[in-house]
Amino acid sequence: MGEYKIRPYIMTDISEITTFEHDVIIVGAGGAGLRAAIESCHQGLSTGVVCKSLLGKAHTVMAEGGMAAAMGNVDARDNWKIHFRDTMRGGKFLNNWRMAERHAKEAPDRVRELEEWGAVFDRTLSGLISQRNFGGHRYPRLAHVGDRTGLELIRTLQDYAIHQGMKCYMECTALDLLKDGERVSGLVGYFRETGRFVIFKAKAVVFATGGAGKAWQVTSNSWEYTGDGYGMAYEAGADLMDMEFTQFHPTGMVWPPSVRGILVTEGVRGDGGILLNNKGERFMFGYIPPKFAAETADTVEEANRWLAGDKSARRPPELLTRDVVARAINAEVKGGRGSPHGGVFLDIASRVPADVIKKKLPSMYHQFKELAELDITKEPMEVGPTCHYFMGGIRVDPDSQMSTIPGLFACGECSGGMHGANRLGGNSLSDLIVFGRLAGLGAKEYVRSLKNSPRINESQVFSIIKRATSILNREKGTNPYLVHEDLQKVMQDNVGIMRQEEEMKKALIELERIKESVSQVKAEGTSQYNAAWHKALDLRNLLISAEAVTRGALMRQESRGGHARLDYEGERDEWLAYNVVSRKGSDGKMVVEKIKRPEPPEELKKIAYAKIEDLEIGKI
Amino acid sequence: MNGQARGGYQSGVAVTVRNDTWWISPLLTFLGFSTFIIYSTWSALQGNHYYYGSYLSPFYSPLIFINPYAVGSAPVEHAWLGAYPSWWPTFIPQSPAFLILAFPGAFRFTCYYYRKAYYRSFALTPPGCAVNPLPRRDYRGETFLLLFQNLHRYALYFALLFIVILYYDAFRAFVRDGRWGVGVGSLVLLLNATFLACYTLGCHSWRHLVGGRLDCFSCDSLSKKRYRIWQRVTFLNERHQLFAWISLFWVGFSDLYVRLVSMGVWRDFSTWGN
Amino acid sequence: MTVRAILVIARLNGRIQDSPLQKIMKRNFKIWRGDKNGGQFVDYRTNIEPGMVVLDVLHRIQAESAGDLACRWNCKAGKCGSCSMEINGKPRLSCMTRMNSFKEDETITLQPLKTFPIMRDLVTDVSWNYRQKEKIVPFRPKPRDADGNYRMTRDDVERIQEFRKCIECYLCQDVCHVLRDQGGKDQFVGPRFMIYLASLEMHPLDTADRIPAIRKEYGSGFCNITKCCTEVCPEHINITDNGIIPLKERVVDRYFDPVMWVKRKIFGV
Repeated sequence: MGEYKIRPYIMTDISEITTFEHDVIIVGAGGAGLRAAIESCHQGLSTGVVCKSLLGKAHTVMAEGGMAAAMGNVDARDNWKIHFRDTMRGGKFLNNWRMAERHAKEAPDRVRELEEWGAVFDRTLSGLISQRNFGGHRYPRLAHVGDRTGLELIRTLQDYAIHQGMKCYMECTALDLLKDGERVSGLVGYFRETGRFVIFKAKAVVFATGGAGKAWQVTSNSWEYTGDGYGMAYEAGADLMDMEFTQFHPTGMVWPPSVRGILVTEGVRGDGGILLNNKGERFMFGYIPPKFAAETADTVEEANRWLAGDKSARRPPELLTRDVVARAINAEVKGGRGSPHGGVFLDIASRVPADVIKKKLPSMYHQFKELAELDITKEPMEVGPTCHYFMGGIRVDPDSQMSTIPGLFACGECSGGMHGANRLGGNSLSDLIVFGRLAGLGAKEYVRSLKNSPRINESQVFSIIKRATSILNREKGTNPYLVHEDLQKVMQDNVGIMRQEEEMKKALIELERIKESVSQVKAEGTSQYNAAWHKALDLRNLLISAEAVTRGALMRQESRGGHARLDYEGERDEWLAYNVVSRKGSDGKMVVEKIKRPEPPEELKKIAYAKIEDLEIGKI
Repeated sequence: MNGQARGGYQSGVAVTVRNDTWWISPLLTFLGFSTFIIYSTWSALQGNHYYYGSYLSPFYSPLIFINPYAVGSAPVEHAWLGAYPSWWPTFIPQSPAFLILAFPGAFRFTCYYYRKAYYRSFALTPPGCAVNPLPRRDYRGETFLLLFQNLHRYALYFALLFIVILYYDAFRAFVRDGRWGVGVGSLVLLLNATFLACYTLGCHSWRHLVGGRLDCFSCDSLSKKRYRIWQRVTFLNERHQLFAWISLFWVGFSDLYVRLVSMGVWRDFSTWGN
Repeated sequence: MTVRAILVIARLNGRIQDSPLQKIMKRNFKIWRGDKNGGQFVDYRTNIEPGMVVLDVLHRIQAESAGDLACRWNCKAGKCGSCSMEINGKPRLSCMTRMNSFKEDETITLQPLKTFPIMRDLVTDVSWNYRQKEKIVPFRPKPRDADGNYRMTRDDVERIQEFRKCIECYLCQDVCHVLRDQGGKDQFVGPRFMIYLASLEMHPLDTADRIPAIRKEYGSGFCNITKCCTEVCPEHINITDNGIIPLKERVVDRYFDPVMWVKRKIFGV
């Protein structure tokens, strides 16, 4: 058998390891990574993309609803200012103002560009890109393709990018960054098939690695979501920001257990689905926060009129922002009004004709039919909150997307700031393409400004490889699968939707214990496509992400957006002025601090706090 | 370890890891087609009992020449060109069916559904999905000897003509001795023409020609009309396999019905009495 | 809130009792383990709980007894197309194959895709597919309308959207006998890329002409329309009827139909 063990991996010569050299290395090949790669290629840079799985399989495929862009194709009243205002309000005004502005302004062009690259969006009757309603968006704004918009996005970018000159390193996991002094000089990774290590030498590195939902038991995220970007950036000394804001999507599947957490698109509610408790009550009417009361229907009758297209009617409460809906469902279940498997009912069957459901929500129909043996055109679904998205992430400059480390860029979910305390549905796909492009441009500016190329430091390479091989080499140790389960349980139980000090302190103690286990983790077998080894290597990053979330959540003594505390209910104005930032301290321990946010530009502030009517008529 | 190499797959014709009854469908196809081929060839060779009252067996339509002396043949004035000419070579049986079966035969032989069916059940390339095929040294698909399959649309043009002819026959089956009426046989023949029409109009080539060739369905008013037709053809095309079997069975049954009635084995119930 | 919904919910509230739960029970598996140099089937036995799919079983086996068992997966919801393998001889997605679709005493055999070189255990090297896509002339759109938009009607996009549902699981490539058994990888790009070509060729905005290449380099004639690709497609794309056959017909228009040839000579289109 062609197995080879890396043990003993005594490295005497760095030339044993293959080195690939590029101007820019992009880690992650989801929407943001591919968009960054395309931009980098367009700017004439030699571009390499390192992706953990096969090209085109990234988690972006799971995005269903659409991408938000104020094109005004369906409702001409829409414009970037209203999109910006919606985003800020959804993010509880904690968003980075400049990022939210650029996002709202640039998204329409990015969507049109996708069409030019081959994306086939659903159409309006006049032949334009159709847009659908979504939670938190004032107008129908989400360009979509049925309920598989993410697949369309990634496929379009993939099919276009392969002809732009990028080099793709598939099934290759990044282990850690290499630095030349303060700046980035590349990274070390390994090919999953063989376990062979590889050095990527680069002037700039762009992280597009997504979030870390795999630290929770119930999550919509796939195995790749292990916070690699957070972990590597943290270890290299970058700042992580707003990590306490984790979005729990209100509607994940709750049954069967094996698919628990898998997403049920918000599109179901956008197209008329309603939430019911086990008494058959449409409970969302009881959970409308005062801030949204003016824009939310308070009777069933009005909600129905809205659905029928009455522009004077207000939106149904099911389309409130995700944090509100998730907490409402949580409260219903805790109050004993949940469905048999611990969720609530999401009913579209009694509201929309079967053929319309099948046409508008084909993959939902398919998903329930095949995974839960349930026909959503006949029966309501059972849904409950699931860990879905990290609003926080690597702290970046809003224009260049560069982190606090020179040469390290971040875009997509792994960067922080754009979404503030809570992300609106549909803003993530547009985030990917807007900031993916900006990261590519930022990398170009940085690479052009370099006077000399950074060098690889061999001792850094050795220590990265040693950390990886020791997992295979030690005689015995902890089981990576069990350690992971342990971590997930700790986070699920103590740092979930509703948080309190006592539990989070307990979690920190538990995390210290798990840190100990992670340092002793052992994978049996060889380095060849070894699932246990791969998991063991991911654990460090998951742990860093989990710790950053917990410490951030403990520090922020208020409830805002995706961060809700039982012991500090409600938003506190004094906290609006701060972001919580975590970084690696000089003693190797995590340091968390409050940093003051810059004052918002007057112009943007005026838009964000404007009355909607004034924006519609162009008064502001 | 040899046999276990390459993922545990074994070689050999029709070998598979599948443990379901995948072989039933190709077997039934094989039996079904074989039965039809044997029966239709036999029936065509008979040259008799293809006519009764006002019923004409579809195997024998259109009547180009007629041998008026055969039992159960049509009146000679029904033929397009009368009785068989004296120059008719003796080695070709005097059966109208032989001229005719060639056209629907060619249509079905080159039909995209039938190709699937006989490549699977007769040629075993492959007999089933994920089942080892008959080994071919040099598989060329339809790029070499089978290039003629590309002329399916020409077979279609004849098949379209045959629908008209068979409807004509079916309507004539409602008139006997100048009197309108209905018999079981006239219904059988009407259904036959209809099933054949459903099969023929669901043809993949037809679907392509009526509208599938267009990249833009909405760019002008003609394209919009063609799109509507394409949608209807698509409806039938989705049921092409179904109609292929129904029409195949029914055309054979129609011939058998006329034959047995003509032979006096079956009695045809009708408004004309017997 | 309709009366019907209330009735349904009343029934669902009682579902825990009458749901078709399987008993928790041991089941037998035969999994091929090895790499390109060889290997063998290894037997495993593990507990099955209600609602499990084959991929859950693999994860359980990894956690319990074979930590280094290699299988590729990602979304676990039938959307990314990573976990393709052959389950009891049929090419399927392991995340979409429910355990209750098997008989209780059935031993379930898991193998890597036959058509592609084995990397390890259930993981195969599917890079051939990526090379095929690179060969294909990409989308070349017309210029935009004067207002900066493209216009396409719903009728126009519906047909190509079916092909764009493809999740690139390559099950169709695996089952296609031209690639699987006839050694046709140099001649035929396979069903996945035939529908990719169909999505480009039927795109109302596209201007490139791929018909000559479809016949020659991409090898449309090698498909003998035995439709196994359509049978295994987890997205239920009608690969053969809606994708490959229409392309074959377009090739006929160009190369085999004398009437079309004359028409082109006279009218130029």
